[in-house]
Amino acid sequence: MAPGWGGTLLVGLLHSLEIAIGATCLGLLIGTAGAFGKLYGGPVTRDLLAVYTTVVRAVPELVLILLLYYAGTDLINQVLAAMGYSRVDISGLAAGIFVLGFVQGAYSTEVIRGAILAIPQGQIEAARAYGMPPGLMLRRITLPAMLPFAIPGLANLWLIATKDTALLAVVGFFELTLATRQAAGVTKAYLLFYVAAGVLYLAVTLFSNLIIGRVEAWSRRGMPSVKEAR
Amino acid sequence: MSVADAAPVQSGKAQSAAAEAIHVENLHKKFGQLHVLKGVSLSARDGEVVAIIGGSGSGKSTLLRCINCLENPTSGIIRVNGEEIKLKADSHGHTVPADRRQIERIRSRLGMVFQNFNLWSHMTLIENVIEVPVHVLGVKRDAAIAQAEKLLARVGLAEKRDVYPAFLSGGQQQRAAIARALAINPRVMLFDEPTSALDPELVGEVLKVIGDLAREGRTMVLVTHEMKFAREVATHVVYLYNGLVEEEGPPEQLFGAPKSERLKQFLRNVG
Repeated sequence: MAPGWGGTLLVGLLHSLEIAIGATCLGLLIGTAGAFGKLYGGPVTRDLLAVYTTVVRAVPELVLILLLYYAGTDLINQVLAAMGYSRVDISGLAAGIFVLGFVQGAYSTEVIRGAILAIPQGQIEAARAYGMPPGLMLRRITLPAMLPFAIPGLANLWLIATKDTALLAVVGFFELTLATRQAAGVTKAYLLFYVAAGVLYLAVTLFSNLIIGRVEAWSRRGMPSVKEAR
Repeated sequence: MSVADAAPVQSGKAQSAAAEAIHVENLHKKFGQLHVLKGVSLSARDGEVVAIIGGSGSGKSTLLRCINCLENPTSGIIRVNGEEIKLKADSHGHTVPADRRQIERIRSRLGMVFQNFNLWSHMTLIENVIEVPVHVLGVKRDAAIAQAEKLLARVGLAEKRDVYPAFLSGGQQQRAAIARALAINPRVMLFDEPTSALDPELVGEVLKVIGDLAREGRTMVLVTHEMKFAREVATHVVYLYNGLVEEEGPPEQLFGAPKSERLKQFLRNVG
């Protein structure tokens, strides 16, 4: 491997992880709010959320990324110009996190909504019966109780997010795939660099599985093992 | 108990010695077209144990669940320790509590025990018992734990304090749920068919705990199918039929010399 190109790939990987982590966090926030809106919101909120989750899940992510990235930054600058401010350069990182987070939010909404529906309703009722205010109930009862049902779906979304960062290469964001393309293009060592990139993505997945496994075991601490029920 | 506080008891009404802990007046509840409660009144004074009995679909659980607004009554008056629950109509015309903080405050003083226990599955027994004192009532964690240990010991679960509910029998879970209700130092305990989901051999251990509480003068409203138990512990029995109070009175009278034909029939069927 040519000296220096390994470092380039690692910088690309770092950027990919930054985007994936940021987008997943944003997606979880949108997803939690979206799930509660869909379950407990008024008719207008529910309709708006239905449009959001349907459209985002219907349109290919690459199209959404191109649309939100170019049209989104353009729109922001037009708004700024109309308000008398000068144009800003939106950083690729912020734009990437926003775009992928927006997409992740739609999927997370459905995962979390399903998980909340899977909570035995008596536990929510007990929280109400003991006078818990809504915020406390969310934090102490609903979120921890839905977690075991949400983890498999959310883990999928995290792994998808790590790979979706590659789509941002098309808008010129310097993440692992673009870094690999540059390294391979300059050195002509295509096989070497693309295999190296593949190994890096695999390493991220293997490490993620390790962490997710622990979080899932922790979230299921109050549940009997399924093996015993066989 | 450390969480005790002197709830304001309105002394305006100079009726009998004990203050009225629960007062329900002309309560109606409709689920869509279904008229479940058709004007029910109920009263429980401090220290009284009121048992609500009746057939399936008579509205007895609904009545209990209206007291803390787990079901919102369609109309009627509910007073807890003399404080009337403020109700209003929402945009759909349903009656809902008007003041969220008021209903939360009232609920945090009513210890509810459910048919299906409804312990929080992600918490151990001790965590279940301290949850409401610490996070709703603002009791110091150390004090809450000390009190919770005493309560778990009292219901015979001291050695299970760090076990999650799913690993316990129904009887153990229900006893833990009773400890959770006691931990808030409730003004009134509400029992919604506490033994109906239990295997027959586990009913006794739960009834014993509830019976002990009744005998020490706890104020309770109890929906039950256990007629023998109701006769033993209740100070007042209400028989609901088809959404109305068909007959009520002291247990000796209701069980010993029922007047209503329907009650006689009901007692023959369950006895």
